[in-house]
Amino acid sequence: MARADPLGGGGILDDANDAPKSPKEAEIDAGDLDTKALNDRLRELLLSGVEKVVIRNVCGQRYIGTRLYTPQHLKMAIEIFGTPGNDLAAFLFGHKITVHGNAQDGVGNTMDAGEVVVHGRAGDVLGFSMRGGEIYVRDGCGYRTALHMKEYEGKRPVLVIGGTAQDFLGEYMAGGIVVLLDLEERGHQANFIGTGMHGGVIYLRGTVDESQLGSQVASFPVDQSDRKLLDHYITRFLERLPDVGLGKEEIVNSHFVRLTPKSKRPYSTLYTY
Amino acid sequence: MKSFVFPEFQIIRDEERCGQCRGCERQCAFGTHTYDPVADRLISDDTKCAGCQRCVIFCPKHAILVRPAPSFYRPNASWSREKLEDLKKQAETGGVILTGSGNDKPFRIYWDHILLNASQVTNPSIDPLREPMELRTFLGSKPDIMDISAQDGKVDIRTEISPNLMVETPILFSAMSYGAISYNAFGSLARAACKSGTYFNTGEGGLPKEMRAEFGRCAIVQVASGRFGIDAEYLNCAAAVEIKVGQGAKPGIGGHLPGEKVSQLVAETRMIPQGTDAISPAPHHDIYSIEDLSMLITALKEATNYEKPISVKIAAVHNFAAIASGIVRAGADIIAIDGLRGGTGAAPKAIRDNVGIPIELAISSLDRRLRGEGIRNRCSIIAAGGIRCSADVVKAIALGADAVYIGSAALIAMGCTLCQKCYTGKCNWGICTTDPRLSGRLNMDIASQRLSNLISAWSHEIAEMLGGMGINALESLRGNRDHLRGVGLYEWELDVLGIKGAGE
Repeated sequence: MARADPLGGGGILDDANDAPKSPKEAEIDAGDLDTKALNDRLRELLLSGVEKVVIRNVCGQRYIGTRLYTPQHLKMAIEIFGTPGNDLAAFLFGHKITVHGNAQDGVGNTMDAGEVVVHGRAGDVLGFSMRGGEIYVRDGCGYRTALHMKEYEGKRPVLVIGGTAQDFLGEYMAGGIVVLLDLEERGHQANFIGTGMHGGVIYLRGTVDESQLGSQVASFPVDQSDRKLLDHYITRFLERLPDVGLGKEEIVNSHFVRLTPKSKRPYSTLYTY
Repeated sequence: MKSFVFPEFQIIRDEERCGQCRGCERQCAFGTHTYDPVADRLISDDTKCAGCQRCVIFCPKHAILVRPAPSFYRPNASWSREKLEDLKKQAETGGVILTGSGNDKPFRIYWDHILLNASQVTNPSIDPLREPMELRTFLGSKPDIMDISAQDGKVDIRTEISPNLMVETPILFSAMSYGAISYNAFGSLARAACKSGTYFNTGEGGLPKEMRAEFGRCAIVQVASGRFGIDAEYLNCAAAVEIKVGQGAKPGIGGHLPGEKVSQLVAETRMIPQGTDAISPAPHHDIYSIEDLSMLITALKEATNYEKPISVKIAAVHNFAAIASGIVRAGADIIAIDGLRGGTGAAPKAIRDNVGIPIELAISSLDRRLRGEGIRNRCSIIAAGGIRCSADVVKAIALGADAVYIGSAALIAMGCTLCQKCYTGKCNWGICTTDPRLSGRLNMDIASQRLSNLISAWSHEIAEMLGGMGINALESLRGNRDHLRGVGLYEWELDVLGIKGAGE
């Protein structure tokens, strides 16, 4: 496999001050790159053995992280400065992405493994059909968050949101863990939460009215094991996003509700033979 | 509640022949036959019979006859027996009537109203047994122009060529998911596809890990609204990726694989907990427009490093040709269209029997639309839903398809009798079940042999028909409507098909 020249083309490292610390690190200026060119460059770097990439001036390029599957399962950490476009981390295969800015729609679409941290907010269908890995978003997110998220045995996707979500949160959800922290304490405004939900769990910090829930979910007070789980993921959230204004104890010891589906067979009586 | 529904089938046992071996009792998962030790005879309960004929075929003494029970109702052209009994079932349960297989209603089957041409005297026919006959087809996007450079006798293609699937004969196995069909049925399709130089389609139930190395190269893997079993490894092990938007048997609705069928292995392949309903929502929630579809197509191209063609499967519905044009512009390399008679493991009967349009009309209007817009080369068309024999394949290609998907035909090759009870998970033929006891009845060596035999027989027949028309390559038949004539069709039907009437 040809080793890419870390100083060659693609708008990389025009500024000598940004020189990489080691050959395993690289930097891309995405200012003049379209989606395909940026992802070409990322893949090239991954195949050449680079383990950490900083991408600057990102502006709407889509599918960042998607084309990084290799049969050898090479892994990479990506730092994004700017605003990545839709489908960031779609089908993500174990890589680690940090966004210093807001993200758009479809973050973590069918994501398999790895981690996404957004220092800002995310758009609609965040974590759609996500099946593994973790996503941490500092602020809020859009409609249909965690739509049809699913889990299997040890593979349990996790989504922790610092703010709140819009309508249809957890629609058709079949597995995984979603935590909404509402750190600014605006209250959860979403309706139709958990419509069609048949697996997984949603934790909401604060309260939610019964009328906001889909007919397939029920709300419960959190117990000891829920608190333990919340403690674990809130700790991880704060490790990645420490500047949220509230301390760990304050968040963990707040009032939470747990939403779980009433049945894992929501449509078992719909049919006749 | 006392049921007012009559049994659908009548079981007649020849007591003289019956040797009380209890084979029928073992064969029937519906519990139709039971042994009465006191009377030393077998009792059959007509109400439980699915009419699948398993016991009939496997009775060593040929002592059983299963036939549709005669209707006891006063004949009524409006209130047929089926209408009466479906209504009674719903009055008794309040549920949606579920069914399996394809639409069985007497909508016009256009294949049977189209006749093929043959050469006489001029343009002599070709004997495929002696002369080369090209059935090989490439599925995928073709460039608008081919830019080549020739220097010192070396020819170089400058145009960037999109990935294409090479298929030895224009017949592929339609999407049937593991979970809807048994592991053995799924594996038999995979084996036969690889052996026959064609492809099988995983449906949306994933591809078991242990099959990927050997059969991935003959697999078209599906990405449907449920997104089951999808990861980068699944996408990259395959020959092509298909986005399933719609299905001919149930356009516009999603699917529910009932929890009973989600066994441990199915759960592992779909990556969902055992025993939960596997719910495929009606729409893809990330696709609300052609632009959104384009985004998923590109996401899949990104995920597979632009190495694999991306197909989009839609059901043939009223205005689908305009949508298909959008799908081509969205970047799809292949469009699969599934017609009114496409099969299914489970669908509400009201949908299966009333939604969609016949595939014959759909192929023709799609081909014409894309030609009219000058984008026909940008994608291949795979037609599905109601292909029953090699002549149907030839007619489909002459109407404008590049290849066909066969589903029901493949299942019938393995033993299916179209009893339409697929949704019960109790398929006595071991095809549409995840019960290991039943699925073990399907021997993969034999079933895959039957499938390969079918492909090879149809391919021979296609070659014969082509030769008869004086054509030696499938390419020359594609969209060649001059070789088709209609009989017993209205003017508008001939117009939509783009063919002349017989004798014209």
